[in-house]
This record gives sequence, C-alpha cells and structure tokens, in this order.
Amino acid sequence: MITAERKPIDEIIEYIRPFQKILLVGCNECVTVCSAGGRKEVGILSSMLQMAFLKQGKSLQMLEHTLERQCDPEYVEELVSMIDGVDAVVSMACGCGVQEVARRYRNKPVFPAVNTKFMGASERQGVWAERCAGCGDCLLGITAGICPIARCSKQLMNGPCGGSTNGKCEISPEVDCAWALIWERLKALNLTERYEEIIPAKDWRNGRGAGPRKIVREDLAE
Amino acid sequence: MKTESVLEKVLRSGNFAVTSECGPPRGAVPAKILEKANMLGDYVDAVNVTDNQTAMVRMSSFAASVFLRQAGLHPILQMVTRDRNRLAMQADIIGAYSHGINTMLCLSGDHPKFGDHPMAAAVHDIDSIQFIQMVRKMRDEGKFQGGADIENPPKMFIGAAANPFADPFELRVARLAKKVAAGVDFIQTQCIFNLDKFELWMEGVRKRGLHEKCFILAGVTPIKTVGMARYMKNKVPGMDVPQHIVDRMAATPKEKQADEGITICVEMIQRLRQIEGVAGIHLMAIEWEHKVPEIVQKAGLYPRPKIQ
Amino acid sequence: MTTQEPFEPVIIAFCCHYCAYTAADMAGTRRLCYPANVSIIRVPCSGKVDALHILKAFEKGADGVYVAGCLDGDCHFKNGNHRASRRVAYVQKLLNDIGIGSERLAMFKMSAGMGERFAEVAKEFTETIRALGPTPIRSLHRDAA
Repeated sequence: MITAERKPIDEIIEYIRPFQKILLVGCNECVTVCSAGGRKEVGILSSMLQMAFLKQGKSLQMLEHTLERQCDPEYVEELVSMIDGVDAVVSMACGCGVQEVARRYRNKPVFPAVNTKFMGASERQGVWAERCAGCGDCLLGITAGICPIARCSKQLMNGPCGGSTNGKCEISPEVDCAWALIWERLKALNLTERYEEIIPAKDWRNGRGAGPRKIVREDLAE
Repeated sequence: MKTESVLEKVLRSGNFAVTSECGPPRGAVPAKILEKANMLGDYVDAVNVTDNQTAMVRMSSFAASVFLRQAGLHPILQMVTRDRNRLAMQADIIGAYSHGINTMLCLSGDHPKFGDHPMAAAVHDIDSIQFIQMVRKMRDEGKFQGGADIENPPKMFIGAAANPFADPFELRVARLAKKVAAGVDFIQTQCIFNLDKFELWMEGVRKRGLHEKCFILAGVTPIKTVGMARYMKNKVPGMDVPQHIVDRMAATPKEKQADEGITICVEMIQRLRQIEGVAGIHLMAIEWEHKVPEIVQKAGLYPRPKIQ
Repeated sequence: MTTQEPFEPVIIAFCCHYCAYTAADMAGTRRLCYPANVSIIRVPCSGKVDALHILKAFEKGADGVYVAGCLDGDCHFKNGNHRASRRVAYVQKLLNDIGIGSERLAMFKMSAGMGERFAEVAKEFTETIRALGPTPIRSLHRDAA
C-alpha cells in the first residue's frame, strides 16, 4: 500500500486558520490500512482540531466524510453536494488523492493532512516498511524477490557494499542489508550462481527519469 | 600495458607497489593538499585523492588531483557514485584524463547520513560494478556508456575497493570476481588488522585465479592511540580490529602508543608481503601523512622503483 | 462582575466490566466514598476504549479522563489492558500537541476486589485535575451552555 503519516498538528492548524467551515475527507484504502487517514483518523483529527481552535476561542465547523478512494474521479465526485457549504478542504488521503480533490474542486483551497511516505507492506501490526520504488522495470525476478532499489540504501544492483555488517545496512542496525537478504534467498533457492551475473546499468527512463509517467490502456481509454 | 599509469608500470614489472592516500581540504586551499602530497613524496608510487570522503564536502577529487598532477605526483582519482550521475562521471573522467590523470578508483561511497549533508539526495545512477564496466568501455571500446564514440578516449587504469571484512564473508570472493569480470585492473582492500581473515579471503581469491586477473593491494593503517583502535573496532562499519591489537595498544604507555602503532603497521606490511597474490600495499595514514616515509622505509620498501 | 464558582472537575472514567467496574461496585457496597465528579462508563474491556472515545470526552468538556483496566496478566481478553495502556500513551501525546495537556489523561490498573483502590484513584485523580484547573476549552462550553 501507499503509506503515510499524519502531519504535525501545528502545520494543519496553520493551513486552516483563516477558515471557518472545513470539509475533512478520509480515504478508505491505503491510508486506512496504515492507520493514517481513514474514517477513524478523520474522527480523531476532527476532534483534535476542534479542541485546538476552541482553546483559542474559535469554534470550527467540521464536516467529516470518508470516500472509498480519492484517486478515482467517480468517488471524488461524491463531494459535490458538500463542497459549496465549506471554505476549505483538508484531505487525509495520499498525495494522489489530495491532488484529485484539488483538481476537481478548483475553487476551494485543498490541504494535505498527511505526509505520503512510501510504497510498502505491513511487517506486523503497526509497522510498515518500504518495499517498492516504482522504478518501472521490475527486477524482482532476478533478485530472488527482494528489491535492491527500494531496500538497498544505495540502490546498488550489484551489492552488497563494504559497509554491510551482520546482515544490516551501514546506516542503521535496524535496517536489513537488502543484498544480505538477496544472498540468503538465492542460497535457499539453490541459485547462488545467479549472484555473479552482473546486472547492467539501469535505464531510468522507465522510472522518474523520463518525467511524470502515464499509463494508457488503448482497450480501456475512450 | 593498457595505460600510461605509473602504478600499472610498477605492478606489471613485478615490483611490490606502494600507494597512499590524502584527503583534499574543506575549502579552497590548494596548499593543503600539496603539503600532504609532498610529505608522501617519492615514498609512494601513486596517491589516492579521496572524493567527499565520509560524505563530508571537500575540494573535489578532480580539482585536487589536478594540483597533484601539476606538482609532478601521480594521483589516483577516487570517484563515488553517490554524488554524480553517469553524464557527470564521464565528463569528469575525460576532463581528468585531459589533465594527465590516468588512474582512478570506482566506488559507491559512504551514505550521506555519515557526513555534513545528511539532507542531500544521493544519486547512485549506477553502482560501482556498473561504473567499472563503463570506464572499461570508455577505454577499450572508445565509447561512452550510451554508445557514442569518444574523441581521444581516456586510457584509465581502473581500480576498485574490496572489503574482505564486511558481511556476508562468503560473498566477498564472489564480489571480487564480479569486479574482475566487469574489468577492474587493481584492487585496494579495506585496512587489514585481522590477518587470519584476510588470509582466508586470499585463499578463496587464489582458488579462482583472481589474483592473476587483477593486482591486489592490501590496505594498512597505522593506529595512533588505543582510543583510535577502539573507535575503529566499534564504530566503523566493515572494519575488523581483533581484540589483541586493542589490548596491545592499551598495554602501551600513552606517550609510546604512536610508535607502537607504527610498529604494528610495519609488522603487518612485512607479513602481507609474504602472502601469495598480494601485489602491493595501500597505506592509509589519514591526518598522519608525515609518518608514511618512516613506515615505507621501515618496511624495507624505499626507494621506490624508478619508472619512466 | 462575575461570580466566582468553585471549580468542580468533570471526570470521565472508562472502566472495564471485569475488574475496574466491579471494583467500583465493591466500593459502593462497602460504602467507600469517592467524589461525585467521576462519571463511570462501563466497557467490556479497557482495550475497547478507542482514542476517539477519549478525545470526544475532552471535546465535550471533560476536565480529566482516565481508563481503568485489569492488573497485568489478569485481563479477561488476554491483552486488552496492554493495548489500552499504549493507546492512552498515544492520546497523551495528542493532547500535548493541541495544548490540552497529557496530565489530564491517565491509565490505572486494579483487580475486581480492589474497592479501596478504586475509591483512592477516583479521589486522587479528581484532586490532580482540580489543581490543574478547568480544561482550557471549558469556558466556551460554559458560555455556550
């Protein structure tokens, strides 16, 4: 999922300070799974903001709503009945969602309530870790299912570097060395000879290198 | 001979090579790099010039190498993949070659978190092995990484680093094999204190004939104080300092520790010379460059062969 | 001229059915006094209390809130009281972020037979809150009322 974390409350307070009526929109997908911006978090943030402003003698009008997703125009359209009654929108979705809401409702200021972090997976309850960098040319098939671009601190495709210590990265004993992991997997799969095949320099055009990316499905797009 | 590199000539003529290292200044003060290099003088065959080492900004390795070259010394241009993309690297390589620099070291580089700009974006467009491939293509095929022809291609003697003490150990020979397959000409290892482990690695290296496909220079560092020994043992990733070395330094009175450190270093060099496949040493005496002549002499490696 | 009423804290206590609420019952049976400031909300387990419940209590004007659950190892639902402790710590941080103050929220643990402990906690916490004064958002609620 796309992971995110709520922004510091002071930052959100400053965004909405000039406004009276706020629409706080959550998202039922990724940010719900990582407990950052779902229905519950919308309730919590709404309560916190109310209290923060009450303390300063101001009573906010908060409208709370959670969409199934904010990255599809059909869902964003559902806000149309609520939008005229508010001065500003605060979205708890990832950056994709915030932008779609801003795009549809051009006349309302739209603010992000979370910092979108990374594409990752749950390691266990309450812990999410980065897994995918969206490089556009997946090499998991040759690295035994572990991504060196997302999980190696230096995105080495022919690692490990000389700083790998006890299976951990030189930057922290809490970060696994991706290449130590890859090597263990190769051993488990009896594919150790794969290690010496040099992975050539990457063509970053499949990734961010060629600018903002787009996918067009000819069979689906009208 | 693949290049005009003095280091290559020394190595190919069967001499035991000596290289050392100096770090450029943290400012526009060329006098400092020249001062360090002059301390090394003719006690070494070539001098590594580090590239933003430990991710701390210093005068660029390229600029510092040019100063050394102009002063008649033989710099080894260190370049890390952390700070530039393949365009900038190739541009710097042909630029450096145009200044008479013909020996270089291809490295990944320490993570920015260790340095003075932890907020910087690391580049890593290519890794050190892809880097070696790229430089070899420039030299042997006369082509840029993207495929176009190079006018007067740079004839670089290509080096890389090897760390027999990093984990996982079982991978470290295979990693060297990868660098050799990529086209590396010479290797400098991380500084050696754990001779047993190094000999184990060399055994694996010799078994695969890698010592005949590239020149291996064993890294050595003189320890100044017991504090330094402890720091390197505990705080530096990829460094292996056996307890007996720390104990030996600790047992030495403070005012004699520096001399003891030199003695340990010279002993290490003498033992390394006995190991089959070791073609030379890389003496890293950071901020202690003035001791290099003494160490080289005591190890019986002075004078250096005169190469034309 | 405003009349100075003595401040009587409004305290909400989320008490788990198996331990804390039963302890409250016991306090009642044994005629142990505890302040009327404390309003008890019975929950099946302290782990059922959500961050949102606590925040809403403060938003609606509570001066202090506490969650009371079972002693370590005694939770009827295994580790509900541990989850409650972690959640309370989390909400304490949120309360600090918005300037309400983490001291207004606490977590207590007791067994079903600890009637005295229940009364003691209720008394002590009420005094703690009395000393802190009314919740910073009280005035607006009062004016609204």
